[in-house]
Parts: sequence; structure tokens; C-alpha cells
Amino acid sequence: MRIDRRSFLQLSALAGGGLALNLYRSPLAAAQGPGAPPDLTPQAFIHIAPDGVVTIMARASESGQGMRNMLPMLIAEELDVDWKDVRVQQADLNEKIYGRQFSGGSGNTPLAWEPLRRVGAAGRQLLITAAAQTWGVPAEECTTQSGRVLHAASAHSASYGELAAKAAALPAPALSSLKLKDPKDYRIIGHSQPGVDTHAIVTGKPLFGIDVQLPGMLYAAIEKAPVFAGKVKTANIDQIKALPGVRHVLIIDGAITPAAYTPWEPGMEPGIAIVADTWWQAQQARKQLKVDWDLGPAAAQSSDGFTKRAAELLQAPPATTVRKYGDVDATLKLSAKVVEATYQYPFIAHVTLEPQGATAHWKDGKLEMWSTSTLPADGLGLVARTLGIQESDITTHMVRSGGSFGRRLQNDYLVEAAWIAKQIDAPVKLLWSREDDIAHDPFRPGGTVGLKGGLDAQGKLTAWRHHFVTFGDEKHSTAGGGIGADSYPAGFPPAYALYTSAQPLMLRTGALRAPGDNAYCWVAQSFLDELAHTAGRDPLDFQLELLGNTQSPWSASQRDAVGDHEPTGQAVLIPERFKGVLELVAEKSGWAQRAKQPGRGMGIAAWFCHRGYFAEVADVSVDAQNKVTVHQVWVAGDVGSQIINPAAAESMAQGGIMEGMGHLAQEITLEDGRIQQSNFHNHPLMRMRQTPKIEVYWRKTDYAPTGLGEPTLPPILPAVTNAIFAATGKRIRTLPLQKSGFSWA
Amino acid sequence: MPIKLNVNNVVATVDAPPDTPLLWVLRDILDLKGTKYGCGMGVCGACTVLVDGHAVRSCMTHVGNVVGQSITTIEGLSPDGLHPVQVAWEALDVPQCGYCQSGQIMSATALLARSPHPTDAEIDTAMSGNLCRCGTYTRIRQAIHEAAGAAATTK
Repeated sequence: MRIDRRSFLQLSALAGGGLALNLYRSPLAAAQGPGAPPDLTPQAFIHIAPDGVVTIMARASESGQGMRNMLPMLIAEELDVDWKDVRVQQADLNEKIYGRQFSGGSGNTPLAWEPLRRVGAAGRQLLITAAAQTWGVPAEECTTQSGRVLHAASAHSASYGELAAKAAALPAPALSSLKLKDPKDYRIIGHSQPGVDTHAIVTGKPLFGIDVQLPGMLYAAIEKAPVFAGKVKTANIDQIKALPGVRHVLIIDGAITPAAYTPWEPGMEPGIAIVADTWWQAQQARKQLKVDWDLGPAAAQSSDGFTKRAAELLQAPPATTVRKYGDVDATLKLSAKVVEATYQYPFIAHVTLEPQGATAHWKDGKLEMWSTSTLPADGLGLVARTLGIQESDITTHMVRSGGSFGRRLQNDYLVEAAWIAKQIDAPVKLLWSREDDIAHDPFRPGGTVGLKGGLDAQGKLTAWRHHFVTFGDEKHSTAGGGIGADSYPAGFPPAYALYTSAQPLMLRTGALRAPGDNAYCWVAQSFLDELAHTAGRDPLDFQLELLGNTQSPWSASQRDAVGDHEPTGQAVLIPERFKGVLELVAEKSGWAQRAKQPGRGMGIAAWFCHRGYFAEVADVSVDAQNKVTVHQVWVAGDVGSQIINPAAAESMAQGGIMEGMGHLAQEITLEDGRIQQSNFHNHPLMRMRQTPKIEVYWRKTDYAPTGLGEPTLPPILPAVTNAIFAATGKRIRTLPLQKSGFSWA
Repeated sequence: MPIKLNVNNVVATVDAPPDTPLLWVLRDILDLKGTKYGCGMGVCGACTVLVDGHAVRSCMTHVGNVVGQSITTIEGLSPDGLHPVQVAWEALDVPQCGYCQSGQIMSATALLARSPHPTDAEIDTAMSGNLCRCGTYTRIRQAIHEAAGAAATTK
């Protein structure tokens, strides 16, 4: 199975002769997208050629989550074809015919699970109807197998390719009337299907955003102020224009006014774009730039200042009550023991291995874009607004990217490429350097949390007081820095309060894989571990007991963890599923029999987010220099009844572990408004030699399948730091690890 | 001034200053897009190519310094994608985003050339300069063992 290699210039046309499929309206998409979802057009997803080759359109962007496999697999299963006969083709952006085209929030599985299987089933039904009419037999007596329609009684048989033209002319069946397969009959779903692009990747074919090549294409690089949204006062533009290969030097005025809260897509950042014959020439020319910047108010920001202000806010009455039930303060007073702690975690950057960039071509009043965005419809709107053109004059090709992790939900690099293209009347590829990519990342925001927990004489949790100091203005939390009223353990302690306060932040932030949860899990599961140890209890028993409490009703105000931006909601936490993954991971890791010895320990943690439940155990040793080695990790996940692509799912879970471990030692800091980190030497990723053995187990439950890109990640952070406590008796309340005196071996 | 390079057993003449990084000559002049840019300072390994059989970081290698040497990129590893390392990578479906994988494959190829049956410790040493942001290291290790013809892995 390979995706067809086509020129980037060729539109993915499936005109004429295709099998007609129609009329699916997704109730979930209606809830998620802006405006009413479209009726899907016939050619949208399936095209069957006379030779029986089936082309299935992949509607969502691909940045390594396996969407080009998973979504077409759902269609192919119910269409009842062999996967080897399927070709997958990336769709251009066109939500009028494909429905919502985004990859984020682990949302594609829950959104597509039923709709796309029904699209496949509708295709199968049309082919059966075409066969039945041709043969003059009842449709109900026909069956399908591996791309053929069969009628046993008359011994008729025809391939889908032979029937496709006739089927295409038939009216689509009512999708709700279609019977879907019994899962025990699945031949594609639940069976590992290698990545459709894997062969192209291992042979080095041009496939990624950075690889787009157009005739006559120029290359762009952008120099921006060292401080967020700083503007150009003067620069040696004429001198730069004379340098080798340089064709254009453009001043970007930008549209951002630094304020306490920065919107999700604030518009273009100011800077100077250099367009040259090669990217290297553009980069060399950048080094000769002499710019006098108007740095603006963001130059006053520093990490030390943020820490100081957070400490003040923690002492002050909280600004906002997000959730409160019971009398927390009175309960704490009456508790046998009270544990009090402050947790702090830093800003971190996405650092996708492919830096941000895009290609655009403005010609005769029309714009063509090659976009790696995972939320391309937002990009389309942003570009149209910024350039003052109609969305109908823009074509967006969706190109595979070298990683997103939430980064490419934002479209800043895309609008920059489009703007440059419109100025210069030539195709242009914009590429950010790694240094650009870190300095101008929409960071995962840092946070500070003041916690108080009460224990009764039996060592049972009595109350939980949670004061989260985040960033934002009076009305908004910064993107990725909001917290939901149901964030665990809300609902389970007998008395509970969740408060927030915010300080201003003149910086872009965004959604990093498991946004919010990637930090909140570490805070909550670390503090639960502290409470359990203070109570002299096993952390697993302590948490299972907590989950057995009567659950306070799920809050109606389901503010998403990333503010109001990310197109996903969160379903209700079901204690039995949370307990189930904890019990499974305990069993697989031998938790009850774990050895307790100085310098080595195991930690356990679990979380619920993006509709998925994950529990993880880490086995860790710490040497005399406080160097930390993770030897083994056990993962137990519950994402419902079906793992759609098992080998990919296991890899995704292992990747979530490696990314979460990476978060523990990463940090973005500011001095005088300037980002202090610049490349992988000071914003590190985990490496091969630091990779533990990672075992992944699935707990299948009767719920509809949900995504697993995000929920695999959060528990590993506290699993490791709780293990460090077990090994050393030292509680890590400040990240990165280095700030608590530890580092990776 | 034109520079003659031997890339994938083909002699190519390129017009670029000798201090231009080999990476950008490969990508933007010779149109060999398989070699990737990740950091520009030799710390991520995405740009790894073979020069006379040794794994080097093409982002830190001046094109003027590899004249007369044999340069192999991912495109030149095999004519048909059937180099044992590529076959193993495909069999284990190693990639997630895939962006680092050509560099990983080139480093693994160099490792296997000098140590046909590497231990996990040798793999750790040889491969720890190649970052994978998606964290596919478990599969990469398995694939190297598979390419070496050894089924047993300790991790």
C-alpha cells in the first residue's frame, strides 16, 4: 500500500466516472465545527476504477498520527475491499465536500468512527444495487467479498470495477438504514496496516512541506525582533538587496499590539522578509541585516518576573472560582493532617523536527498554497482576511508535515508565505530556521499551582484546594493555559475548590500535545502521591479509594483545557474506566510486588483526557549524582472497544512516553523579553540511549473508539517523578528536573 | 566557481560558494529532498549522509570539503528501496511523521557497515545523535536488529 506519487502541481482531481456516495451528515461534526456541516458530495471519498483499484481520499492532514491510514481504513472496511487494492490520496482543503478537515485534540477517531464507516457501507450498498439490477435478482440475496458482489443462487459474480459506473448513477441509500459489519468480521480494522507513506519515507521521496518544489520558485526567510511583536524602525534594506541571490527585501509591519492576552491567531508578526534564489542565500543575507527595532512593552518580560508575580498571586485571594463544592477551608481545619505544596512548571516549545514553513504562489488574482496546517480551514480564513482576498480565490493543498504536536493548529507561517507571495508575483517557499522556530513558537504556557490537601485519621482524603496561577487578562486564559472545572481529581474529594488567577503575558501560546493536561496531570498526580505517602498508604490504593467516592456531578461548564480554541470537548470521566487502567497497569508492572531499595523505585500515575484513559508505571534509578535513568515503562490504555490500527497505536503510545519524558527536562525562559533557548542543545529531546523498554496494553471496553495521540502522554511525567521520590525520598515540585537538582543520565 | 561532486555515484557540477553547507546543495541545487534540515548545527542528525561510508552531518559540512569524496544520500542507498535497512524500516513500519527517518537510516547503515551485528550498547552510541521528535526509538532499535538479521533484542 503506497500513496501515489504525484506532482505537487497536479490537483487531486477525481473528476468523472467515480462511484457516487452522498448524504452523510455527521452529528458530531455539527457540534464541533463552525456553522452547519455540509452534505458530502459523491466523489468526496471513493473512486473505483474499472480495473478495481479503489482510491480513497484522506480528508485530514497527516503529521505522523496516522490519519492517512486510519480514516481510509474505516471506509475500506465497510466498502468490503482488500486493503492491498486501496490507494490513499490526500484531499485538498474543501470542507464543503469532505466535512471537517482537521487533526487535533485526538478528535479524528471519535468524529469519523461512525460517519466514515457509513460512507463505506453506502458505497457497498450502491454496488450491490447495481449488481442486483443487472442480474435481475433481489439485492438482499447479494453478498460482497474482497471487492466483488456475489449472488450465490444464480452463480453471478462481478467486480466492483465492473459495477462502478452503474453504481455511480444510482441514488445514495439512506445512511441510517445501512447495517454495519459485526466487529468480529473486520478484516482491515483491528489489523495493523503499515503507513501508506512509509515506502516513500524510507526511500527519501519528496513528501513534506519543506520538499515542495515549483518551477521558478524563490526562497524566503524572515528576520523578526528578538522580542515578541517588536517592530522595524529602520534597517539597511538597500545594502541587503545588493547581496548575492537576493531578489526582494520586504518589511512586514505586522498587526499585533502586545497586550495581556494574545489571541489564538493574532495575525502577522512584524519583521523583514528576505527572498532569494536559494534559502541559504536568504539566510546569509539575514546575517548582514542591521535593524533598529522598536521592541515595545514585551521587552520588560522575564521568567524571574513571572515567578515573582505568581508567588504574589498565590498569596492573594484567587481571582476566579472555577469549581467549588463542600467547605474546603473548614474541612482542612478539621483534618488530621494537611499537606501544602507549590508546584511550578515552565514554558516549553513544540520543536517539530520539520521547522515551520509553507509554499505559496500568487498569480492572476488567485492564491495557491501548500500547507502543513492541521487546522487548514483556519489558515484559509486567516490568509483571506490578512491579504484582503476572497476565500474562493484560494486553493489549499494539504502536505504531510514533519510533526505537529499541536503546533500546526496555528497558521502563522502560512499567512507569512501567502503575504510574501502576493508581494513578489512568484512562487515562494518560506522556511523558518530552527532558531526562528523556537523563538517564535506558540509555547505551552508555564504555570504555578498552590495546593492544600487534607487527610483524616484513617489516611483518607478529606479536601483538596487548588489555586492555579496562569496567564491572561480578566476575561481570557492564554491559549493552553485554561483549566476545565472537571480537571481530575475534581468531583472525587469530599470537599474541593479550584481557583485561578492570571498575570499578563505578551507572548503567543498554543496547544502542545494533550494541552493543559500535559501539565495538570503532573501537578495532580504528584500531589496525590504526596498525600498517599503522608498518609502512609500505597499510592495505588489511595487513588482507587478516591475513585470509589461518590462523584460530584460533572460540571456543566465544560470549558476546554485550551480555552475556547481547540475543536474538541471532553466527555465525562467514568470512574470504572479510570480504575480499570490503574488496575491493569499495576498487574502488568508487578506493582504490588515491587522492590523497595535505595536509588531505585517505581511510580504510578493515571489520567483522563480527550476521552481516553491511561495509567502508566515507570521503573527508575537515580545515581549518586542525581542522574535519572528510566529502565522500563508499562502503559495501560482504554480508548474504547477497538484499536483500529494496532501497530500504529502501540508506536503512538511509545511516542507519547518519549515526548512526556522529554517535557520533564525542557524549559523556555525569558530575559528582557528575549527567549533564552535557541536549538536542541538547550531545548533537548530524548535520545536513543535514554529510551526505556515500553510495554503497551489495551483494556477494551464497550465504548466507541476514541483517539490516543494525546491521552498517552500526561501520566508519564508524574509516573517518573513519583518514581524518583520512591528511589530517593525527594519530591520534585518544580520542573524542569534540573531546577530540582536532577537530570537525565 | 563550479564544484564537482560525486553524489550517489553520479558526478554533478554545482555552482555554489565552497562554504555552502552540503545539505543545501543536495536539497536545493541537486533536488535531492530526502536529506532533511532540522537544526543547522549538527545536533539532530536529520541531515545525515554518508561520505566515503561514514555518517556525517551535511548541515555542518562545507561542500568545498567533500570534493573527490563519495557522497551517498537516502536516494542513493538502493535503486529500488530494497537496501536491508530500508526493508527492515518498512517491515516494522518505523516512521510516525517520518521526517528524521532518512537520517536515522543513514546512521544505521553506517553502523551496520562497521558492526554487522551491533549490540544495544553499540546502537545507543551510534544512534544517539539522531533525534526523533515522535519517539520511535523502540522501532528504530528493532529495525536495526532486524536488518542485522538478529531477531533477539533486549529492549
